[in-house]
Amino acid sequence: MPKAPELAHFVETSTLLKPRPEEGAKDRTMVLNMGPQHPSTHGVLRLVIEIDGETILKVVPDIGYLHTGIEKTCEAKFYQQVVPMTDRIDYLCPMTNNLAYCLAVEKLLQLEIPDRAQWMRVLLNELTRLNSHLVWLGTHAMDIGALTVFLYCFREREEILRIFEHVSGQRMMTSYFRIGGLALEPPVDFFDRVRKFIKIMPEKIDEYENLLTGNPIFMNRLKGVGYLSAEDAISLGVTGPPLRASGVDWDLRRDMPYSSYEKFQFKVPVSTDGDVWARYLVRIQEMRESVKIVEQALEGMPEGRITADAPKVVLPDREKMKTQMESLIYHFKIVTEGFTVPAGQVYQAVESPRGEMGYYVVSDGTAKPYRVHMRNPSFATLQALQTMCAGRLIADVVAVIGSIDIVLGEIDR
Amino acid sequence: MLAALPENRALSSLLAWNADAVLDAIYDRRELTVTIASSQIRGACQTLKGAGYNFLEDVTCVDWYPSEPRFQVTYHILSHLLKERVRVLCPVESLDPGIDSITSIWPSANYYEREVWDLFGVRFHGHPDLRRIMMPEEWEGHPLRKDYPVEGYR
Repeated sequence: MPKAPELAHFVETSTLLKPRPEEGAKDRTMVLNMGPQHPSTHGVLRLVIEIDGETILKVVPDIGYLHTGIEKTCEAKFYQQVVPMTDRIDYLCPMTNNLAYCLAVEKLLQLEIPDRAQWMRVLLNELTRLNSHLVWLGTHAMDIGALTVFLYCFREREEILRIFEHVSGQRMMTSYFRIGGLALEPPVDFFDRVRKFIKIMPEKIDEYENLLTGNPIFMNRLKGVGYLSAEDAISLGVTGPPLRASGVDWDLRRDMPYSSYEKFQFKVPVSTDGDVWARYLVRIQEMRESVKIVEQALEGMPEGRITADAPKVVLPDREKMKTQMESLIYHFKIVTEGFTVPAGQVYQAVESPRGEMGYYVVSDGTAKPYRVHMRNPSFATLQALQTMCAGRLIADVVAVIGSIDIVLGEIDR
Repeated sequence: MLAALPENRALSSLLAWNADAVLDAIYDRRELTVTIASSQIRGACQTLKGAGYNFLEDVTCVDWYPSEPRFQVTYHILSHLLKERVRVLCPVESLDPGIDSITSIWPSANYYEREVWDLFGVRFHGHPDLRRIMMPEEWEGHPLRKDYPVEGYR
């Protein structure tokens, strides 16, 4: 008879909970395994929860199910080949990841990016934020039990994805930003399409709010749940909307501006309540601010080049590559050998829909990055789960996970 | 060399705390990088926290194989008040690599340090729960080390 396979790679659930409950307490508490296939864990998050009746004593996240070693893979690629890798980290905000990586390498190269490219990046980043927040709102409401909102949100998200496809050729993994600018000039009717979409967006947000804000069932599930104080949020590394919902007025777009965000007027919504409800309100207001930023970007979009004047880094125009010897040589060299980047190390952080997305790039002077490290907002925010859930009920865990808006792709990388 | 750098609160407070622990400081591409002796990291972080650098953004590591000291543990620390960040580097020797954990100063270092232990094999002394975080528990080797093949061992 064949031997049963050894299941050594399955970690015994109780070993994750250290220290173990004392002898006397053993009968009272129970260990519950939630995930990795649970629908409300947004991917493959596994939570090992110790409960006393229905009250949560301890939550231990077990992550790594999606670990694909992207940081290691980046070290084996040319600088420009890393851009598509960055899409796959956080699949809800690909443009934000593209931007953070491109800005980091541009800082290493000390490139000057033309205004038009910078404004396009801002425009697309805010559309990405809307896209990500729409997915968050839909799934969060669905976790709570409000199914309708999901369909409404995905209706508008579909239009954003179509705009992305129109501009970059891809709906989700856009890879539209390049080191030194953008991949292509935006198509002719791109701005009209965005204008049309952004005009209807405010009333759509009103529509979602009609369904949720003021809905007593929704409010009762969220108010006072998952409280996180400002001190805890800072000491646990929480960033983005959860940090602002705890009363810390910090937004990288305003406080450490990048890609000409300093030229835009927008408010940073802050709440002092620190619960799931506050996070909901902060994100809803952020969507309204994003609409304003897109409007400003459409209005003041400068004319000019979309790539930096750096022939050794930026691929030449197709036309020039076919007709000029010089451009052909540069094209050939960039594609086959990459471009060298002066030695040094930089850290570039941007405000992603989930918080601070930072890229730490180390160069040793060759054409491949020596080390690329991503600082991911969800990874740090997950540490606050214990503080937010302790003493609450199991059903609240679902609300809290929805409110921190995790994406497992960026946690595990 | 250190005198040539622009006035900076992080650097001046570190020098006032323990000038011998500050091995190097450079200001490159508008980012300040301070190298601290690895035995002094806890004191350095405490000093920076006292100087207004209240938020730990990131802890990671770079493997400079085959040169020595092989590992460079990197900390990014941000000040919400001053709106600037400082990078702290700690060189760590390859023989039984280890450094003090800073989880007592910033609890958020917990996951970052577990990740560095998992992927680089640098131990953090005094860490409350130093387990692998990305790789399975019984995995052998530390994948982000430079002598670990990209495609893994076959």
